[in-house]
Amino acid sequence: MILLQLYLAFAKMGFFSIGGGYVMLSLIENEIINARGWLTSAEFVDILAISEMTPGPIAINSATFIGYRVAGVMGSIIATIGVITPSILLVLLAATLFKRFYQNSWVQAAFSGLRPAVIGLIAGAAIFITRTALIDLPSIIIALGAFLLLILTRLHPIAVLAFSALAGVICQYLF
Amino acid sequence: MNTNSLLQLFFTFFKIGATTFGGGYAMLPIIKREVVERFSWLSDEEFVDALAVTQSLPGAIAVNTAIFIGYKVRGFMGAVISMLGAVLPSYIVILFIAAFLTHFTEYKLVQAAFSGIRPAIAALIAAAVLKVGRPVIKERLNLALAFLFLIFSEVLGLHAILVILSGGLIGLIRHYIHYRQTKKKCEADTE
Repeated sequence: MILLQLYLAFAKMGFFSIGGGYVMLSLIENEIINARGWLTSAEFVDILAISEMTPGPIAINSATFIGYRVAGVMGSIIATIGVITPSILLVLLAATLFKRFYQNSWVQAAFSGLRPAVIGLIAGAAIFITRTALIDLPSIIIALGAFLLLILTRLHPIAVLAFSALAGVICQYLF
Repeated sequence: MNTNSLLQLFFTFFKIGATTFGGGYAMLPIIKREVVERFSWLSDEEFVDALAVTQSLPGAIAVNTAIFIGYKVRGFMGAVISMLGAVLPSYIVILFIAAFLTHFTEYKLVQAAFSGIRPAIAALIAAAVLKVGRPVIKERLNLALAFLFLIFSEVLGLHAILVILSGGLIGLIRHYIHYRQTKKKCEADTE
């Protein structure tokens, strides 16, 4: 029964998390902490910190973590499947429609109009994160170096990420 | 060949899932490198269009993009395999941390590495603007529109979905005007 509750709670959260995982945080607060008491506020802060420092979307990370806390390994599987269920259904539906209507001239027109919108959104995210991530001289130097490597060389972005992590370690132990 | 592309999908999205820090847009240069440049599963334009669709739906962008691209390449099985690839790295890492390493974030080495990864995420997103934008924004008007949408979302705080929808609407209006003009021209020609 607890597994079914977990599945439904996370399916609901997955459904309402439109436009990035951070919408989910307030849902977790309401559903998981206040309504069900599956998690304490301190654990919630832990999850946020862990999510930031591990790969993957915050939605998946919190589902796996909370599922495990509530009902062990089975709980983690069920909660994770729950949170991605709405994605699977809706994205498959969208992908099917996309395949069928993509060549239509009106659909093409709509897409050519929304391409600049997508780029504008990414630029907005870049400005936002630059303000919060560039806090001191080492972080500015690392960001600038990584940016130049990404733009000017054919180095794989994953390699740039690894170099930056290494640079962070070196800076920390040097200064 | 067939199992080959399923394996490629799995490992590609596993790699993407394992290196997606900072959520959302930071993984765009990585996805683009693999999906557009390496395997040519999508064109530059299709990539942006896929982003627009997957961003407008509930769920994490990385997972949605994996399902969408997987479906395009290999149908339903491709979608499931790509999604598993994208989700498994974070599932495994979080399960391990939840079970054994709750104090993970307090390790000095982890903190030091993240003092480097955080600025790199900013660089990745800034690079994504150029890498994703340059191939698809060829007209000056579209560049101006991109700036306009940037102001919509950042200054006016308009929700991402509304920004995307208003972009689509502008595209439709431009097409309608063009359609009317060519129709008139055709009528004038036949007379």
